[in-house]
Amino acid sequence: MEGHSTYQPKSKVARWFESRLPLVGLVHSSAIAYPVPKNLNYFWTFGAILTLMLVVQILSGVVLAMHYTAYAPVSFARVEHIMRDVDFGWLIRYIHANGASMFFIAVYIHMFRGMYYGSYKAPREVLWILGVIIYLLMMATAFMGYVLPWGQMSYWGATVITNLFSAIPIVGETIVQWLWGGYSVGDPTLNRFFSLHYLLPFMIAGVVILHIWALHHVGQNNPDGIDVKSVAKDTVPFTPYATIKDVFAMVVFLLFFSWFIFYAPNYMGHPDNYIPANPLSTPAHIVPEWYFLPFYAILRSIPDKLGGVICMFGAIAVLAFLPWLDTSRVRSAKYRPLFRQFFWIFSIVAVGLGYLGSQPAEGGYVIASRIFTAYYFVHFLVILPLLGFIEKPKPLPASIADAVLAKNGGAGGATVVAGASAPQTKG
Amino acid sequence: MAHAETPQTTRRDFLYIATGAVGAVGVAGMVWPFVAQLQPDASVLALSTTEVDLAPIAEGQIVTAQWRGKPIFIFNRAPKDVEAARAVPLKDLIDPQSDQDRVKAGHDNWLVVIGICTHLGCVPIGHQGNYDGWFCPCHGSQYDSSGRVRVGPAPLNLPVPPYTFTSDTKITIG
Amino acid sequence: MKKTILFGAAALALLLASPVKAAEGGHDDLPHRESWSFAGPFGTYDTAQLQRGFKVFREVCAACHSANYLYFRNLAQPGGPRFSEAQAKAVATDYQITDGPNDQGEMFQRPGRLSDHWPAPFPNDQAARVANGGALPPDLSVIAKARASHVGFPGFITDAFTQYQEGGVDYIHALLTGYVDAPEGFKLQSGLNYNKYFPGHQIAMPKPISDGQVEYTDGTPATVDQYSRDVSAYLMWMAEPHLDARKRIGFQVFVFLIVLAGLLYFTKKKIWKNVAH
Repeated sequence: MEGHSTYQPKSKVARWFESRLPLVGLVHSSAIAYPVPKNLNYFWTFGAILTLMLVVQILSGVVLAMHYTAYAPVSFARVEHIMRDVDFGWLIRYIHANGASMFFIAVYIHMFRGMYYGSYKAPREVLWILGVIIYLLMMATAFMGYVLPWGQMSYWGATVITNLFSAIPIVGETIVQWLWGGYSVGDPTLNRFFSLHYLLPFMIAGVVILHIWALHHVGQNNPDGIDVKSVAKDTVPFTPYATIKDVFAMVVFLLFFSWFIFYAPNYMGHPDNYIPANPLSTPAHIVPEWYFLPFYAILRSIPDKLGGVICMFGAIAVLAFLPWLDTSRVRSAKYRPLFRQFFWIFSIVAVGLGYLGSQPAEGGYVIASRIFTAYYFVHFLVILPLLGFIEKPKPLPASIADAVLAKNGGAGGATVVAGASAPQTKG
Repeated sequence: MAHAETPQTTRRDFLYIATGAVGAVGVAGMVWPFVAQLQPDASVLALSTTEVDLAPIAEGQIVTAQWRGKPIFIFNRAPKDVEAARAVPLKDLIDPQSDQDRVKAGHDNWLVVIGICTHLGCVPIGHQGNYDGWFCPCHGSQYDSSGRVRVGPAPLNLPVPPYTFTSDTKITIG
Repeated sequence: MKKTILFGAAALALLLASPVKAAEGGHDDLPHRESWSFAGPFGTYDTAQLQRGFKVFREVCAACHSANYLYFRNLAQPGGPRFSEAQAKAVATDYQITDGPNDQGEMFQRPGRLSDHWPAPFPNDQAARVANGGALPPDLSVIAKARASHVGFPGFITDAFTQYQEGGVDYIHALLTGYVDAPEGFKLQSGLNYNKYFPGHQIAMPKPISDGQVEYTDGTPATVDQYSRDVSAYLMWMAEPHLDARKRIGFQVFVFLIVLAGLLYFTKKKIWKNVAH
């Protein structure tokens, strides 16, 4: 955020203010003058889209909280009150409910982009770990938010997830009772989840500021994964170049978002959550929201209670160690032919785990879940460390400017063999 | 955004302005639902009438009913209260209004007013003060037996809510 | 090597998926996808159908089922059965509502008003169970969104594109028309009824409606199939009363966003015109 700024206050008042609080200069340096590699593709707009989604979720959430009541006997009815009686209440609730799914779609694309182009490698390790923390906070927030309508899936989702902690030896049961504030999920649980659900998004916003700070300190990675050599030749200023591209991508994303809000608002949800919570009867087939399904599949694939919980949390924790598990010096998959194949296999495995998580835990599904779970960990713990030694990367372009020239068919990119199968390089 | 004056930049300017204008309309359109949701919702609007049975209210008694969350004073005035209210010259009033205009013809003994002091919204106390009406404990305003302000700081009379007599002993407020 | 693994995984997934699905679903008939006036991007409720559906709901369903989130005022609101306010009031006054306490501290009965919710047939769940052989008739306010016909892979992906949101009404229509004789050898517990579409096939609710039971005055055939269609549409409205507005606003939002995206696209091209990227 610091540096890069060429901001010179012109008026006397601006100079007076700037010498006391350099706020305009900060905004100028991080959102206007900040140099952006000129070869970024549209996958780099998801940071802006995620910022938009965080704002959308906070605004719609604050409004919903004005009409909602966290009290077990009435919470379901209060949500229906929002849907029926409040002006545009249905719209704001559908924005918020589908917004959670959109947030996760965007974050998964953002994460897989980071994995494909090696955005986690030095000097961006801290940036990546901050991202993993945001992801964890998002999962906690989404989980607690899903409890608030107090439908059947809310109730039983809360029961199952909090029961994960009962796997901890000796103190497990005590911890679970402490989480619940009772002998089962109930009104105290609902109240504390509401409180935390309101708090966590602001913590996410805080970590997002650190995430952007770290990003602007080390500079953006790019599809070629090479460092900026010359700011003049390799980069363009953030405004207007990145700004307009981000805004365009946001509007396209809003089109996708609106499809669900207006035409398929309950597509992402589960019908059982329109049945009020009933502590005496579990739905026949309980599944978490789609964005948790891969981890849910990992949890169920392990026949041991504690083992399953450890594997599930391990699957997230392993992400934080990715910068050191990947031993290759080359960042972008564009120049890593072997890694690129394993990346796509891993993507299929991750999606496959999601599918398996939505299916009943029986028969062939369990076996498939175990194979996929094993591969998930093998990818991070065996394949990635070994690849760095086995793989012979393609030669890297000398600079971003050269890479761009080579892509556009110009001369001067002598050292370059442009990757033929980068997923999307227009824009 | 662009400053140069060549014909090309004019077309570019138009594109920028059009995009900016459409974007601004979109932002305004998005803001509207977030403003509208603060309005009284359908369940609140549905509760906007209240029925009151007047039969049990004795002469000289003031009863407080509730309408839209506000106190409504219903005063069964004795003939002397009505006479006193009608004897006051209008020019002596802070907010001149005749007693006849504040009650329904044929039901002259019934005074129905919103029981909220027009100063800063406190609820005045009945049968107190120097005018056989109400006295506001917050800042000392006084109202007479027609609910008209007689001593400030309140600037206006107690307002009369919309109401109708559905029978001789029943009113519907709202 | 990549391809081998890929195909292997896909084949494995397919192989594993099919037998399990067969075991889970059995040879159940899945509810047929009916055509509904409110489906699709320009769908709206059919007012006449909602009025007929309300009649069926009122005369048949409401005898045992509550609908606590339905208010009499809803019957007159836009996007619904569009009864006049006078008609809605007349419906309300047909019901006695418990109100109070009065000045004597006693609860009393009075005719319903527009601001009252639809009175439940039983004072509490326990009373409802006792009167219905131990089974609790569920509240019908949002039942059309609380039920679905099971969609497996890949149906759930195409549903996102076709905007299929009518699983609930399809299921309700199927259920109401799905009372048939139990197949030979099927062991039906006493007090339960056989239904083709109910999960497990044993449902506590007896066949609720037969041909000619509810009188239609507009010439619509008084058949079980038609009743089921109408009452399902009505239940959908009860569950999603703002559907008409939602789809109308949605279309406006789409037109707007497409125009804005187009303008932004050309602006972006203009700005990047002289930068190789």
